[in-house]
Amino acid sequence: MQERLAVLAPLKLEIEDESARHAGHAGAAGGGHYRITIVAPAFAGASRLARHRMVYDALLPLMQHGIHALAITALSPDEAPN
Amino acid sequence: MSVQEKIHQTVTGNPVVLYMKGTPQFPQCGFSATVVQIMKLCGVQNYVSVNVLADPEVREGIKQYGNWPTIPQLYVSGDLVGGCDIVREMFQTGELQKLLEQVSTATSSPPA
Repeated sequence: MQERLAVLAPLKLEIEDESARHAGHAGAAGGGHYRITIVAPAFAGASRLARHRMVYDALLPLMQHGIHALAITALSPDEAPN
Repeated sequence: MSVQEKIHQTVTGNPVVLYMKGTPQFPQCGFSATVVQIMKLCGVQNYVSVNVLADPEVREGIKQYGNWPTIPQLYVSGDLVGGCDIVREMFQTGELQKLLEQVSTATSSPPA
């Protein structure tokens, strides 16, 4: 995930694997649950939909295989708390 | 009618549509449950919900339709608003309430 998200040139990237919390729930067999917080200049001026799409696009192969659920917080450098 | 046409008809024919796993009464996914909860907090009662678990074609079709890889997906006035994270963020900033208010005013007072 980290490698793929490098295309967005993130200033900050946190990936939490929450799969353990969801182990065994219906439909989760296909992959993990992740929560990412990403700060990247590319998000400046972009709508929420556009930001999430950038993240999804970067992770495309994983979205089809390996990732079951993904929570995204996508911020531009201006919006990120220090 | 193709699945894409069916979905298009649903999202454009109804002011608020939620594609989710399960039903508002029995959500079968935490993210879907969160959006249902937010809709309740916004006072939106008469939205259309579609249980994607009931139809594999719709489950895959809505991902293509919205060009969005995950479920839930909330549509207002035919446009994709977002998934759980975006809906939650917009609820927290008040943008969602504003958007839903516009829709309910538009539908409850038809032009004379």
